[in-house]
Amino acid sequence: MEIPYAVHPRPDTGIYNAKVGIWLFLASEVMLFGALFSAYVLLRVGAPAGEWPHGWLNVTLGTVNTLVLATSAITTLMAWVACKTRQFGKFKFFHGCTLLLALTFLCVKAYEYHDKWIHYEIHLTDGRIADGHLRARDAGSITIEGRYVTDEKDLYDLRAQKDIQTGEIKIPRSQIKQMENYGPWHNTYLALYFTLTGLHALHILGGSIVIGYLWGPGRKLWKTDPEHFTNRVEVSGLFWHFVDLVWIFLFPVLYLT
Amino acid sequence: MSELKTAEPTQAPFAGKPGAHEHPVDFNSYLRRCVYVFVAVVCAVSLMLVASYLPAEHFNWAAKVAMILAIACTNAFVVAGFLMHLISEKKMIYTLLAFTVFFFTGLMGLTVWAMQDFPAGTTH
Repeated sequence: MEIPYAVHPRPDTGIYNAKVGIWLFLASEVMLFGALFSAYVLLRVGAPAGEWPHGWLNVTLGTVNTLVLATSAITTLMAWVACKTRQFGKFKFFHGCTLLLALTFLCVKAYEYHDKWIHYEIHLTDGRIADGHLRARDAGSITIEGRYVTDEKDLYDLRAQKDIQTGEIKIPRSQIKQMENYGPWHNTYLALYFTLTGLHALHILGGSIVIGYLWGPGRKLWKTDPEHFTNRVEVSGLFWHFVDLVWIFLFPVLYLT
Repeated sequence: MSELKTAEPTQAPFAGKPGAHEHPVDFNSYLRRCVYVFVAVVCAVSLMLVASYLPAEHFNWAAKVAMILAIACTNAFVVAGFLMHLISEKKMIYTLLAFTVFFFTGLMGLTVWAMQDFPAGTTH
């Protein structure tokens, strides 16, 4: 039995069923990310003045990723246009570009995560705090590239501090009272950062798998039913544009405000 | 083998303008449109960066956030409107999105409404 309206639009809605399906799914996704954004607002407004981190993320890398995702949104649309105009070679080129851009986005994000993973805040027994990136560790000491501060609040607003001097610091383990990296458990801001960007990165990964399938094994449908294949490309493209839309808000909220 | 029962073609509550978005696709005009959209996105990102670095003495945090979010909303409108074809979609999609906007507004509205109930000291 052939599933009706997989290719041609339903007369009552004017669109094929998969498109209704993806829009319903995207509506649910809006609510999912909306709930997380509202959690961000709630916790951000509830934070004491001067204690919310600023300048903890690399704005240059965030901007690069924004442009990478914007370019991938363009190549996704052009892949669909290529299918519509029956230019399969161009489809392969544009969808290949989308996959490469998605991979670039994930690599940049992985680099950012790694940067936070090796960034440590170390409370010493003399009351000082050493903050910086881990360079080496052995049985007796820990070496970081960073600086000392006396008050934890000095670590919150990095954008307000000009010319932060850093250097190599070797700390004997006997002087360490508490040591914690900048993972999601470090504070509320990082918990939100990892939750929001992690969920977004999972969406990028999921979208890449679908696009990769259409670019690879799924493309044999083109030979038998090009219109059906074009519809699949359109549906995957709508999802990809939604992922781009989410990043359009994540970037300013987490990196710039 | 029985066929799935579907609606009669004469009932068209969500179809919208007949033939809308069914015009032939032209590769070059789409490529041009994409270039315009990309330029708009680059401009929006640049404006957001400029707004975020505005001096704190002249622009307080709330004003800067409002400015940046307004630019982000414009950017999102361009992407959704032109890349997702929302400026020329079917009535069915608009109906669905109207419900989404309603619930999303409610979600954010309730969050803001509960401003006095926010937990304090949420940094750690």
